[in-house]
Amino acid sequence: MTRYYTKDHEWIAVEGNEATVGITDYAQGQLGDITFVELPEAGADVGIGDSASVVDSVKAASDVYAPVSGKVTVVNAALEDEPELVNTDPEGEGWLWKMTLADPAELAGLMDEAAYQAFVAEL
Amino acid sequence: MRYLPLTDADRSAMLAVIGAGSIDELFADVPAEARLAAPIAGLPGHASEMAVERHMARLSANNTTAGAVPFFLGAGAYRHHVPASVDHLIQRGEFLTAYTPYQPEIAQGTLQVLFEFQTQVARLFGTEIANASLYDGSTACWEAIAMAGRITRRGKAVLSGGLHPHYVETARTMARFTGDRLDTAAPELSATPDDEAVIARIDGETSCVVVQYPDILGRIPDLAKIASAAQAAGALLIAVVTEPVALGVLQSPGSLGADIVVGEGQSLGVGLQFGGPYLGLFGCREKYVRQLPGRLCGETVDADGKRGFVLTLSTREQHIRREKATSNICTNSGLCALAFSIHLTLLGGKGLAAMAKLSHAAARSTAAALAAIPGVAVVNSHYFNEFTVTLPRDARQVVRALADRQVLGGVSLGRLYPREEGLAKAMVVAATECTTDEDIAALAAALKEVLA
Amino acid sequence: MNVINPAGWRPAMGENVPGTPVQTFTGNRALQLEEALLFELGSADRSGVDFPATDTLDLAGLGPMARSDIPDLPGLSEPETVRHYTRLSRQNYAIDLGLFPLGSCTMKHNPRLDEKVARMPGFADVHPLQPVQTVQGALGVINELAQWLIELTGMHGVAMSPKAGAHGELCGLLCIRAALEAKGDPRDVILVPESAHGTNPATAAFAGFKVENIPATDEGRVDTAALIARLGPDVAGVMITNPNTCGLFERDLKVIADAVHAAGGYVYCDGANFNAIVGRVRPGDLGVDAMHINLHKTFSTPHGGGGPGSGPVVLSEALAPFGPLPFTARQADGSIRLIEEEQAHEDHPQAFGRMCAFHGQMGMFTRALAYILSHGADGLRQVSGDAVLNANYVLRSLDDVLDAPFGNAGHCMHEALFSDDGFAEGFSTLDLAKGLIDEGYHPMTVYFPLVVHGAMLVEPTETESKAGIDQFIGAMRSLAQRARAGDELLKSAPHLAPRRRLDETLAARRPRLVYREG
Repeated sequence: MTRYYTKDHEWIAVEGNEATVGITDYAQGQLGDITFVELPEAGADVGIGDSASVVDSVKAASDVYAPVSGKVTVVNAALEDEPELVNTDPEGEGWLWKMTLADPAELAGLMDEAAYQAFVAEL
Repeated sequence: MRYLPLTDADRSAMLAVIGAGSIDELFADVPAEARLAAPIAGLPGHASEMAVERHMARLSANNTTAGAVPFFLGAGAYRHHVPASVDHLIQRGEFLTAYTPYQPEIAQGTLQVLFEFQTQVARLFGTEIANASLYDGSTACWEAIAMAGRITRRGKAVLSGGLHPHYVETARTMARFTGDRLDTAAPELSATPDDEAVIARIDGETSCVVVQYPDILGRIPDLAKIASAAQAAGALLIAVVTEPVALGVLQSPGSLGADIVVGEGQSLGVGLQFGGPYLGLFGCREKYVRQLPGRLCGETVDADGKRGFVLTLSTREQHIRREKATSNICTNSGLCALAFSIHLTLLGGKGLAAMAKLSHAAARSTAAALAAIPGVAVVNSHYFNEFTVTLPRDARQVVRALADRQVLGGVSLGRLYPREEGLAKAMVVAATECTTDEDIAALAAALKEVLA
Repeated sequence: MNVINPAGWRPAMGENVPGTPVQTFTGNRALQLEEALLFELGSADRSGVDFPATDTLDLAGLGPMARSDIPDLPGLSEPETVRHYTRLSRQNYAIDLGLFPLGSCTMKHNPRLDEKVARMPGFADVHPLQPVQTVQGALGVINELAQWLIELTGMHGVAMSPKAGAHGELCGLLCIRAALEAKGDPRDVILVPESAHGTNPATAAFAGFKVENIPATDEGRVDTAALIARLGPDVAGVMITNPNTCGLFERDLKVIADAVHAAGGYVYCDGANFNAIVGRVRPGDLGVDAMHINLHKTFSTPHGGGGPGSGPVVLSEALAPFGPLPFTARQADGSIRLIEEEQAHEDHPQAFGRMCAFHGQMGMFTRALAYILSHGADGLRQVSGDAVLNANYVLRSLDDVLDAPFGNAGHCMHEALFSDDGFAEGFSTLDLAKGLIDEGYHPMTVYFPLVVHGAMLVEPTETESKAGIDQFIGAMRSLAQRARAGDELLKSAPHLAPRRRLDETLAARRPRLVYREG
């Protein structure tokens, strides 16, 4: 399994043609306490860079963009009752959705972990 | 000027701190050609409290007030007796001159009132939740239609013929710009509302069915039947209540299956006020909470663990979500919500039921008296406190002739539906607990005379 | 849901320890009184209203939808009701208690004459659908106020029915939509400066427009060059707040308006801050096509804990024909005519429709008219002058201890803008704001406008005395110094209010919007 990152602070963990998407620890720290996650619908087609989900904190609503194109297969239903999972375990139990990849070549445009850490260090 | 505390000496001292020579100098950023050098010509100067009061009293006297004459108007605004303590309490400066409770530590009074108000509205409507109010019933009705569109992702709303025509016009105006489709109909002068006709208009693209309860003619539709039909087609039922006192004796729309219930709260606590400010009521199922328009108050705790209240779920709103907000509304009708809540607290369930029964009884007596006049017929088989009569002549002329005799006798359907010739001879008549036997006799006598 | 205080309004009494705040059985602290919820106090069989007996009434006329039970609504006797709401009222801050420096909200004194006038029976006890001949005085109020608004703004017409500022914005934008439609012009972009209040883009989107942001300059004004460069055949109009949300006058509004008109668009002015220029500048002279006026700001109708407001919209000659129904017109014989759907096809055929049932916020019209008549043209000019004077006095009395991001951009208008730049590490605008609560003030507007980091927007208004403002300045200086020094007690403020900081995250994660037993 390989993990990639975007400049908008999403992560995507890829295994074969399947991937899991969430927001990074840095992103959850910036947003503060997450109060609600608006998830995409399973079966929805998303394009690269589309707003696929919205993460609410008390005073802000932030779009989460699809890191790559593809079809949403499953969403993290646990977030309905426990949106705080995005705060406590953003890159684990706080994942947002799983998807299939339409074009694995799109992954080439993303950062690996080292590049992302360097990117965050500059912010 | 009695409202301005600064003295000329104060002004000079303050200008010295600022480093400006005059107040006019502070407006240097205004282009010179747009800066007025003196008070706008042709407008009067300041006036004493006594002079203003005299001017306004003269304007006030040039109206026929509802309380001064036999009065039978309804059609979306009703005259009920409001206890004196309501107006006293809403004039407490801490309620009257407070702002939106954005600083909850010093706004628990307003916030607790809103929480209690939301609970009262939800219980009255039979819905799981309610918001902290909207502008009025007509705007709440449109907001409900827009919300149903967001929930169902469909674009066609079916409006029953019994929906108040101003509410229809308000929705039509908005829909013209948002691209929503409205399927409307004029009411038929039948004894009962044609629920089947509404149901027949529901199809696979219908987002919601909007049904007024009781309707504009005073009839009482079977919401349960319409709710089942709407929901079977994947649409929501929006019930509209323009006279909430009716729910003292009628089953609540939520208990009959309505998904969203909106209404006009004016008849409790607020008064007639020539049409505004009024109070938009809005309740719905809890699962739609993220799609609700308007402010919401929620319960929480403070840093010491004490119960407290805050405005919540504000990420739905315009100041955060900007062009993606659920609505552009920034206010609720706070002081009217307070008046409504106090009045309902004074009444309690028992008092509301009594007020509703007395209103119904007064309407029954009125209907009986009018039905005895040759040429006058009561349309409704059932009603709460408002019913429709047909007259042998254009009702607009009859209403004006009654007013000439110092009787405010009803609302002509010709005024509400100027393009519907078939309704021109009908009039809706409302009564409340304020209506006396003398009022009813006076209306009957005047109408007999006008029609003679 | 167990996290909410299970003891409800009466917290468990703690132990009294010398040297710590005294604990009481009731949770009350002398005049600071706790109050239970209505649902914990009342019951459905109690009532504060007496009615004749209803047992013998025949209810058959209700038909099959009649209910057999009594609504589950708790009642209270009159003394209990008066006490419940009086006790609640004392947990609120209000203008009547002190300076309320909430920028852009204009919390000025609410004259009590206006309350008295609004309750005159000819205004309070008339029905909106009475025959026109019986409401000439009420229509007269609407017409007289409309004339004042037209004169004070130098505009051509006014739509009186919008029920609040945001509703007025919507009305103005719908006029623009209707005017474009009448010309068959499909423009659909509205330009909004990034410093704008959130309602502007929300309203534009609601009216079916696409919203594009225009940047601000370093001195807090609209970037005129960027705005003009963006004009074109797709731009329906611009929405500009003037004075703007940074408390500054948009010097270039006329230049912008001319360019917008030349490019075929319209100018919407957000009139939220009209109180700063009333009697001194007429928006009509600056090329504005539509502007809403918040009667609850400029003309001091009470805010009432969040409404009702009132937002009439003044319109240029180009847009007035499209204004909504209903409206009034004075006739040659002096009587006032009401134009509704019935008359509109002859008198006002291009009306875009109706904003709401009935005539708008009559109760606010009476109050606003009484306010305007009390001040007159000369007094209103003094109102804006004193409001601007007070704001500049606050700005120059604090700019040595608080960062004033646009302090060098000239005089401010009716509000002074500060930022949290210079506070100790970890201290923010919120801490200073909450500290103001302990000092006995309502906080200023915080974190708005968005273009300034940690913004604090202070609007003293013209109804404050110099002594009152001096005391406020003293409190602000003290708090600014504590924030710069990193006084930890500020981080947990307020300490002295009826409640300490409330858990807004909990409220939003587990929404509890109605009372439920247990």
